[in-house]
This record gives sequence, structure tokens and C-alpha cells, in this order.
Amino acid sequence: MTRLTRWSAAELAARIHAQDITSVEVTRAHLDRIAAVDSALHAFLHIDGEVALAAAAAVDDGLRRGDPPASPLAGVPLALKDVFTTADMPTTCGSRMLQGWRPPYDATVTRRLREAGVVIVGKTNMDEFAMGSSTENSAFGPTHNPWDLDRVPGGSGGGSAAAVAAFEVPLAVGTDTGGSIRQPSAVTGTVGVKPTYGGVSRYGLVAFSSSLDQGGPVARTVLDAALLHEVIGGYDPLDSTSIDAPVPPLVHAARVGARGDLTGVRVGVVSQFRGDGYQPGVVRAFEVAVRRLRELGAQVVEVSCPSFDHALPAYYLIAPSECSSNLARFDGMRYGLRVGDNGSRSAEEVMSLTREAGFGAEVKRRIMLGTYALSAGYYDAYYGQAQKVRTLIIRDFVAAFERVDVLVSPTTPTTAFRIGERVDDPLAMYLSDLCTIPANLAGNAALSVPAGLSDEDGLPVGLQVMAPALADDRAYRVAAAYEVARDAADGGPLAHRVPDLEVVGR
Amino acid sequence: MPTISRDEVAHLARLARLAVTEEELDLFAGQLEVILTSVARVGEVAAADVPPTTHAVGLTDVYRADVPRPGLTQQQALSGAYATEDGRFRVPRILDES
Amino acid sequence: MTAALLGYDEVLARFEPVLGLEVHVELSTATKMFCGCTNVFGTPPNTQVCPTCLGLPGALPVLNAVAVESAMRIGLALNCSIAPWCRFARKNYFYPDMPKNFQTSQYDEPIAVDGSLAVQLSDGSMFTVAIERAHMEEDTGKSLHVGGADGRIHGASHSLLDYNRAGVPLIEVVTKPIEGAGARAPEIARAYVTALRDLLRALDVSDVRMDQGSMRCDANVSLMPRGSSTFGTRTETKNVNSLRSVERAVRYEMCRQAAVLVSGGEIVQETRHFDEAGGTTSAGRRKETSEDYRYFPEPDLVPIAPSDERVARLRATLPELPRQRRARAQAEWDLSDLELRDLVNAGALDLIAATVDAGARAADARSWWVNYLSQEANSRGVELADLPITPKQLARVIALVDEGALTNNLARQVVDGVLGQEGEPDEVVAAHGLAVVSDDSALTAAVEQALAAAPDIADKIRGGKVAAAGAIVGAVMKATGGQANAQRVRELVLALVSA
Repeated sequence: MTRLTRWSAAELAARIHAQDITSVEVTRAHLDRIAAVDSALHAFLHIDGEVALAAAAAVDDGLRRGDPPASPLAGVPLALKDVFTTADMPTTCGSRMLQGWRPPYDATVTRRLREAGVVIVGKTNMDEFAMGSSTENSAFGPTHNPWDLDRVPGGSGGGSAAAVAAFEVPLAVGTDTGGSIRQPSAVTGTVGVKPTYGGVSRYGLVAFSSSLDQGGPVARTVLDAALLHEVIGGYDPLDSTSIDAPVPPLVHAARVGARGDLTGVRVGVVSQFRGDGYQPGVVRAFEVAVRRLRELGAQVVEVSCPSFDHALPAYYLIAPSECSSNLARFDGMRYGLRVGDNGSRSAEEVMSLTREAGFGAEVKRRIMLGTYALSAGYYDAYYGQAQKVRTLIIRDFVAAFERVDVLVSPTTPTTAFRIGERVDDPLAMYLSDLCTIPANLAGNAALSVPAGLSDEDGLPVGLQVMAPALADDRAYRVAAAYEVARDAADGGPLAHRVPDLEVVGR
Repeated sequence: MPTISRDEVAHLARLARLAVTEEELDLFAGQLEVILTSVARVGEVAAADVPPTTHAVGLTDVYRADVPRPGLTQQQALSGAYATEDGRFRVPRILDES
Repeated sequence: MTAALLGYDEVLARFEPVLGLEVHVELSTATKMFCGCTNVFGTPPNTQVCPTCLGLPGALPVLNAVAVESAMRIGLALNCSIAPWCRFARKNYFYPDMPKNFQTSQYDEPIAVDGSLAVQLSDGSMFTVAIERAHMEEDTGKSLHVGGADGRIHGASHSLLDYNRAGVPLIEVVTKPIEGAGARAPEIARAYVTALRDLLRALDVSDVRMDQGSMRCDANVSLMPRGSSTFGTRTETKNVNSLRSVERAVRYEMCRQAAVLVSGGEIVQETRHFDEAGGTTSAGRRKETSEDYRYFPEPDLVPIAPSDERVARLRATLPELPRQRRARAQAEWDLSDLELRDLVNAGALDLIAATVDAGARAADARSWWVNYLSQEANSRGVELADLPITPKQLARVIALVDEGALTNNLARQVVDGVLGQEGEPDEVVAAHGLAVVSDDSALTAAVEQALAAAPDIADKIRGGKVAAAGAIVGAVMKATGGQANAQRVRELVLALVSA
């Protein structure tokens, strides 16, 4: 394994900006790593070495000319979830419907990355249209978990998480609608952040559930995640739900946290996220993590959020409802797949045949579920009620944050499950997002930071830290402090304990 | 407890423009019923006096100045099209006016 | 079908019509409702599009501030209450001219509700139409059906889509059921649409060109048997695209429905299309069940919550509205009630007023609109306001006459040029060289030529018969195609003869 790929984004950036190494060298090292391991992982749907090296060379040229780096991450390679539009690479959302589609525009996140001199090496695999918790719903085949190739990397952003965990890239961008950044991060031993809703522009993020979707960073360290978050975050006039306020000082918070002192910080343990369905090893790892927070000086209390029990059902009404409408545009008329146009069929027939052929089972299931929930006569009982549950969840968060600064829980009830294990049981699959969904429904910030390995299977466990809306910095501070304590106790970063895939092979 | 018949699934599929197969009708009827049963409890939770939340962030009045912004060229607009004719998207015959 | 129609008097003897009018108006904003694409009619296909209005994956809407302001001004001018909080919803249905397969529209939370519009009828009396709501929505793209007869949808082999119009801001103004109109129902329908058009024009929020589709009327008609208070089943006649057609369509539907009911039939709730040529309506899409549009609040947009102060400020900026303008015009131009009514009926009053506002004298403006342009509108079979000349353009022509640059005869040629869409008055003058020739060197040459051609007349003038100069002036005018300044020619003739 090339040593360069083991470095954090912050370290790489510092060395590139000091011109000790070039961005081209760094990018090439990561492209080599991808070439070596991605056939086993399948984290990427599209890799463009030429585009990446050209972007890297542009950063190097600027630095040689004496220009200041465009951002603290200029020259660092990154993988983009294939749900953000890119004018120079295909954007498929893991769907046959968009196979080969090249958007004529860049997402705001894409544009910001380019402007920041971040080197986009490719697009990562995902559950089709971000619907799933295992990346098995990708039309282009599943991604494998680098900790155990027979297991899922979580989802929907399994590709981004696996790519970062396997040292293919130091950074990735994901999207989180019900946990699609945090849950994959938890099961791959990476840091994943769902920013406050409205904190990162959704312009050019192909919508699954508009009121819940949020882009965010995936990294191996809390500081790297903060650096990336500051690059992609901030107000965007092209997104009406974008917050017109400065991004909170996330990098600062991560650095403050890394001093390892949480004295005076009040941490609430969510009582609802324990018990039946939680893997004992996950619970034990979580308890160790909570003990570390206490050792760092945090005041830990138990907090009950009774409405969180209803978050999952509310989510599985709201998200499918919005998706049934958002995905209506995929009809074969203007772009993407068209099936059955034999010259005699009507547009309506061709639309139906195209959608039938272009969408996978989970997407169809959710479209029909959403169509049902929005139908006249059912709206009040389903969608309307779910929106009320949302209010109750917000109230629980508000009440909790009057007592504590952050809430913590396991990120997901189990470690990575085996590929194929839950594909025929939608409900079992949906349970993966049990703990992550409340933050999406309420719109507040939440992240997952690796919390060691589960003692029964040796697989990564995630600690979820939830903070109030617009207080993303709090979660970063707590996670950074915890990360330092964890690494000290373990004798090194968890991320470095991932099996060496070149040895494992496939 | 919600029950979903094959006919209802067929109706939903028509509304959603999905040319589902006979096997899918059975599969989805079963799965949708299971899912709906498990989510139906949201109906028991929230009282009538709880207002619905549609947006997590309580913004209002977000506007854009009425100033033109460059869009796409005709070539870019049509770049993803399956078929084009005379600068337009070519689609199968449309059955009836909306 | 037509043979079975009842006489109008018989229809009214047995039934009371109930009308509902839905008028869609395209706002004349610089850009579309939710994106920065320009909002211009008649550009090449798919050249006014962007990711948002093409419904490309990932693109998002951002609301046009001026469109919202226009909606509120329209609401206020219609005496509506402006909602202190309202939203957009998604109306979900699949149709190829709709890029997202949902229309972003206001559903149960319109921006303006409960208003009224007083309309004047041909006998001078007023009728007040109650307004249910005015709400915002986006227009669809346009489809072209290829391979069938006359571009009709039936028999077409395929269709072509142009999304330039997709996302153009629309305001839909919906009346409450109009009852008690009786025989005047068709006239009221027309008068209402006319009054609404004049109001929107005064607000300067739309081109209100029915011929170009920037104003479109759907007419709902139902009949109640006399003595009943239960509404009958209604039909909706779509996209009636002239004021005259509004009146004809309503009248036809009344007669058609009466014939069906009298013969024991039932009215089917359906969409009907108005055939301009035959003056009849024909069945369109049958609404088997009420459509399930699965409305829900648009999550990509945030609520609109205008403060009371903002609404008050907008109210203060409303221009003089047609009714007020009429009262003022009558006083200022010293019109009798009858004259005023004729001007209103001819659709000329607001045009005259606008022409006066653009700098013309009232008498000149009135003369042009009532005489020359009214004849032109009649011969074209269009409304006066739909003639392709604006009050501003006419005022310019009048100004050119005042300056002596045009004769009345030339002015008519310039107006014809503008009506022929050749450009602005000054462009027409330049293109055809229509300006009065006052250039002495050109005129001197022409006069010398005329004098040389008629030495006997020249002698008569020299002999003191100044009146004989008229013949020379006439010859010069003929030679210059009427463009010479006759007064100046006469002066030159006298000067040259005596030189």
C-alpha cells in the first residue's frame, strides 16, 4: 500500500501546499490504489483519472506560480456520490434509468469542490436513487465492505464510505436522507456527517426526499470531515431551503475538541435507542464510548425522547411520498432510458414501460407506497399524520437540547450484515436507519464517528452525536474529543486497522 | 389494519406509470401491506392539535430577483434526449390533451 | 347535434345558467416563475431553458419575487384578501409537456381569496362578479403533433416538445359561481373577461394577448331547471381564445346542454373544446373519476408570508384602475354617458387613455382608435386591443404629424406598417421613406422641373395669377408620391417664378 494513501486529508493538503509533494503525485497514488482494490470493492461507478490528474496539475501549477491554495483542501483527492450532477462525468444515481447520462450542469457541491481545488477522482456507488441501507439496490452491483468483503458497506452511500475506509480516497461526499451517510460510516469505520438541513446546497443533488436530503462529508478523521464540510457548506441562492448564514466554525470546533477536554459539556444518552434488536457487541462498544466521554469531562445523563419510536414509520411515509413525486420526471421523454418506443406505442405506454424497466424493486416499492400515502382519502391518515409526528420529534429534540448540549446513541443497531441477508425483507432493511432518522425528520445536525469494533464480530461500530440545528460545531467538538481518547486507548486510529485488501485479494 | 389488494396495487402502478408484471402485483401487494401495517401506527400518535411540519427549517419568503440568468443552449438542452427533431424532443404520440 | 339545439329564449324559459370562469394569465416578468430563464414569446424551441425548467435531475426552483408581487397586486386590484401565509403544492400527473410530471401550483392555500370585479354591460348597467381566488402556478411546455391531419393530436405518429414556455409564471383567477345572469350570461362572461383583461393591462403585469395565449379562458357552464337551487352537472370548455369566443362558447354550451336535458339526456362532466370556426364545442377528455393529483406541499419551496406592511405598501402602488380611469376620462374629455358607453363597448377607452398618457391629445387619440383602427379591427375580426399596435406607438405617429413630419395620409401608411409588424413607427418611416420632404434642394429641383414642363402656367403665375400655382404644387406632389410638404412647395413655386 502506498503510504501517501494512509495520510489524512489535512496532512496531504499541508504537504501539497508546502510543495513537499504534488497533488499529481497524491492523486496518482490514490488512482493506483483504486486500480488495485476497486475490483474487489466496487466502490466506484465511474473513475476518471484524466480529469482528476488535470485538476491536480492545475492545483500544482497554481502553487508553483505562488498563488495561495484555493482552499485548505486544494489538491486533495475526493470521491463524489453518484447522486450529484457533474458536467464532465456521468451521473447515474445507481439506476439503469440514468445509465450513461451526462448532465449539462454541475451541482453546487460539485462546483464548490472544483473552486476549492479539490480533485474529484470519480463517482461512487449507491443504492438506486439513494433508497436503501446496503448499496445492494445499485443497478450496477453491490459495493463490498472493506472490513469483510462478504458484508455490505451500508447504504445508500456505501460506495463513498467504502472508498474512504479502503484508502481509495481520503475524502468523499455522501447524502443522508434517513442515515445514508452516517450508517455506512458506522459500518465501515469512517466519520460521516449529516449537516443541519439547509447547510449544504441541494442544487444538483438528485432528489430522493426533498425535505430530508442533505449532502455531507465522509472522511477518516473528524478534522478532515470538518474541513470538507466547510468547503461544501454555506448559502446557495439556487436552493430555496439553503440557510443564509455563515457555516458554523467547524474546523475550529474539531481542533478545540482534539485538545481532549469536554468539561462542562452535557451529553444525553437517548434511552429509546437500546434493547431489542440491538446487537450486544454494538451496545457494549457504545457503552465504552459513553464512558470515554465521561472521562473527557462530559456530564452524561439519560434523556428520553418518546416520539423517536415513531420516527421510522413516519419516515417510511414521508420519504416514499416525496420520492413518488421526485422520481416522476424519469419517464424516458427528455433524458435517460427509453424502453418500448416501437413507433406505434403511445407516450403514456412508453413511459410506463420505461419506468418499469428502469427502476429496481425497492424504488418501485417506495414509489407505490408514496403514491398510496398521498392519494386522496389516505393523505390525512398517512402523510398528514407523519408530518405531525415530525412535529413531535422536533419537540422532543427541543426539550432534550434544553437539558443537554448533544445527544448520543449507537449510529445503527447492528454491525455490517452479510450481502443478501436482508434483500428480501424490506422491513428488516429499514431497521438499519432506526437511530439516524430522527435527525433527518427534525433537520438538525448529526454525525457518526467510529466507536471501536464490536467484540463478537470484530466489525466497526458507530457513535452517533446529534446536535441542534445550526450547531453542527458542537457535534464536531464532541466527536473530535472522543476520537482522540479512542485512538489513545486503542494505540492508533481505528481506520488503520482495516484489513489490507491487496493481501485479502479477490 | 390496511389491506392492499392486487387491484389496488394495479391502480397505484397505473397512477405511478409502472407497467408492473403479474408476479410483481402479488409481490408488491404482500410487501406494501406489511409495510403499511407497520407504519399505520403513526395514525395513533399525533393528536389533532399537533400542527404538521413540512420543513425542518422554518424559512419563509425566499425569493430571486427577476433578473435573467444564462440557461442551457438548445444543444445542451437536447443532449440527453433519446430522439430529437427540429430542435425539439421527439416523443411517442400523445394520446389526449391534458 | 346542432339541429337539436333549442332556441335561446326557450333555453332561458326552462333553465337558469350558472357560470364559472377560470382565466389563466401569463405574467410578463423578465424571467420564469422558478428560474432565471427569459420569458419571451416566440423564440426558437428549447432555447429558453435551464436545468430547473427542463426538470433535470437535481435542479431546484427559486421563486421569482416580481411574480409574487404581481400576484399580490392582481389580488388587491380584484379586492381580494392577501393570505398572510401561503404555499405552493405539487399537482402530480404525468404528461409529456410537463418536465417534472408535476405542476408546481397553489392548491388549498392560494395567495389571494374572496374578491370581486364589477363589469359594465352593453346597456351601461353594472354586474359584480365574485372572485373565489387568484393563485400562482407555472405554465407547461408546448407539444407539436406530427403526422396527423392539421397538427391535431388524433392520428399523429409522434409529438415534438418545446419547453420554452415551461415554467412561465401564470396567475389563475377563478370566479365564484355566477348565478342570476339569465339571458345575459354570455354577455357577462365576455364582459368579465374584458374587464379582467383591462385590469391586468392597467396593472402592467401581462401582455394579456388572447391570440398568443398569454391570456386563456376556461368556461364552466351548467344549467339549473327554473325553480331549482341545485347546480346541474357542469362542463368545462377549455382555452377559449378570444373575447368573442367566450361569449359564443357560453351561449353554445347553454343551448347544447338544454337540448340534452330537454330530450331526457344527462350532462356528462367533461372537458370540451371550442371550435372557433363552427362556434360549437366538442367533447374532449372524459373525467371518469375525479383525478387523483396527490397534492402535497412543495418541499423545495418555502412559505410566502407577506407582512401587513408589505401588503399595504403594494396597495399604495396600485395604478389607477379601469373604473376610476373611466370616470376621470368622462369628466376630462367631456363625454356623454352614451359616448362613454360606446367607447367602452368598442374597447377603445383604455387605449385612448393610454395613448393620451403617452403624450397625444385626447381628440387625436380618440379619432384614431374610433375611426381608422376600429375599421381595421373589424376587417381583421379582432378586438381593438389585439391589433398589433400599442398606444405608445400610435402616440408617436400622432407626434410625427404634429411635428409636420407626416401628413395624415402618410400617418395612415405608417400605422399600416406598424400593423404589418414592420417595426416601430420611426422604423417604418425610415424603411419606406415616408417622411414629408421639406428638403429645399430636392424640392427646388422638383419645382423647376414642373415649371419647365408647364411654361404656360409659369407665365400665368408671373402675370399675377397666383392661384395657378396650385397646378404646379399638384404636379410636384404627384412627382414626390405625396411626400412633399405642400406649403413649402407653394412658397418655392412663387419664389422661383418671381426670381
